[in-house]
Amino acid sequence: MRPSRRITVTFGLLLILCMMGSVVFLRRLDRVRSGATLEEVLYISSPQVLKRMSLGYDGLLADIYWTRAVQYFGGKLHHRERRFDLLAPLLEITTTLDPHLLVAYEYGANFMSPKPPNGAGMPKRAIELEEFGIRNNPDQWRLYYNEGFIYYMDLKDYAGAADAFARGSQVPNAHPFLKLMAGQMAEHAGDLQMARAMWSTTYQTTQEKSVRDNAAAHLRAIKVDEDVTALEALVARYREQTGLLPLSFSDLERAGMLRGIPVDPLSNPYRLMFDGRVEVFNPDDLPFIEKGTPPGYVAPPPKLLPAD
Amino acid sequence: MSGRIVHIASNTFREAVRDRVLYNLIAFALLMSGAAILVGQISIEIERLVVVNLGLTAVSLFGMVIAIFIGIGLVSKEIERRTLYTVLSRPVRRWEFIVGKFFGLAGTLVVNAFFMAIGVFGALLYVSRHFQKADGWVLVALYFIILQFLIITALALLFSSFSSPLLSAVFAFGLFVIGSFAEDLRGFAALTHGVMRSLATGAAYLVPNFSALNVISSVAHQQPVSGQLILYNTIYALIYATMALSGAVLIFEHRNLK
Repeated sequence: MRPSRRITVTFGLLLILCMMGSVVFLRRLDRVRSGATLEEVLYISSPQVLKRMSLGYDGLLADIYWTRAVQYFGGKLHHRERRFDLLAPLLEITTTLDPHLLVAYEYGANFMSPKPPNGAGMPKRAIELEEFGIRNNPDQWRLYYNEGFIYYMDLKDYAGAADAFARGSQVPNAHPFLKLMAGQMAEHAGDLQMARAMWSTTYQTTQEKSVRDNAAAHLRAIKVDEDVTALEALVARYREQTGLLPLSFSDLERAGMLRGIPVDPLSNPYRLMFDGRVEVFNPDDLPFIEKGTPPGYVAPPPKLLPAD
Repeated sequence: MSGRIVHIASNTFREAVRDRVLYNLIAFALLMSGAAILVGQISIEIERLVVVNLGLTAVSLFGMVIAIFIGIGLVSKEIERRTLYTVLSRPVRRWEFIVGKFFGLAGTLVVNAFFMAIGVFGALLYVSRHFQKADGWVLVALYFIILQFLIITALALLFSSFSSPLLSAVFAFGLFVIGSFAEDLRGFAALTHGVMRSLATGAAYLVPNFSALNVISSVAHQQPVSGQLILYNTIYALIYATMALSGAVLIFEHRNLK
């Protein structure tokens, strides 16, 4: 029996129409159920139970949980939420399932440690994650470095940072900078130069583009904070000398305090405000800056999701 | 619906009953009554939760297993027994045969689910002593499970129309598992770039989305299900089942049965 042309065309068209229709309604369903799976994910919260339930396929399950952790964090970050309740358990499950998944320690700690809105504001949990990573991967100097970094930047625990760097420096093939940092920690703890040195090391030693971009953004932010501090000090000195606020940077130039119009790390000129404050041209382009923003400025959500 | 389709559907239903498919109801009844009595004795305050979770999960899994294992044999068994040639020698079109088989198995599954639902509500009444308003959401969960059956039946028929029963079972079960992770799959696709992203997104949209049809956990916690979700899930499941069924018809129409 030869297939009828009419039936082929009818069902062929029906197939195509249904295919398109299913995509349309799937997208609507996604909108109705946004975030549902992530909220449900921890019905099994014990990493050990999950590991046993994985029947030996724990590597794949770890990859799935890591991806979920990334999506969870990215989604929360994107919506400027300040609570990241499931982040630590998701990372704990991921690293228990695959203790050698180094990326989960490196990025995971960076998700957990910084204060909201840039992170979950859980530096102690981040340290625990790094310690777990170190116990399982003692020959990975970057884990010690990351731990020292969190101690330094987020906990301001310079002794802890020095200890982490010192331990890391003893690992074979460790970056020589770790030894240097361990030594300088006591002397330069808390100053911007030290922070700059640490972000520079991160920038130079990572292969990951997103980590490099993040380090570069922090380096630019440090530069802006230094510039704004210095420029506002010049404005204050000008006021002391003349009794007036400068109307523009040209006034400071004419007074011999500046050699030209100062520019930010993106080569945009700084702006001198009527009240003597110094602002950057566009604060949205310079994440992590603590100075040079308009009063009441709220930074846009940090970019992480590929959809961004 | 054409009379021939109704005939094929009712024959398929009768055949499934003759194959003692509904015997699974005995296992289900034992499971539900056992769970209701046991949990009441060994736990505190989660009797209702366990009955709903266990009951709906069992309805879903029993139905899925039936849908896959009966669905994959619907075409191949007819070819093996040579009864297909008898059917097609009469004024029955191939597409009517496929559609009739689909409705027959879907009907079997609906009847099966109906009796299981009575079991779930019976166990619920036993542990709670009375029904609550929120128990109505269990019906919605059961409705979504039936929608899942429609999709998986259509898929089993699709695979059965061109593959061996064993491979069809593997494909159908594989798609059921993948479909349960459909939302994660789209999440993975969103993390890729370029051509890979297009391919992954295409694949993610092609697999059935079973996760949206699973509200067992939320109804167990007496959480309501939005009307929008019910509407979209209904339309989506019908569209997807029609799509798979159209694929099955197209393949079966062009298949050389000699």
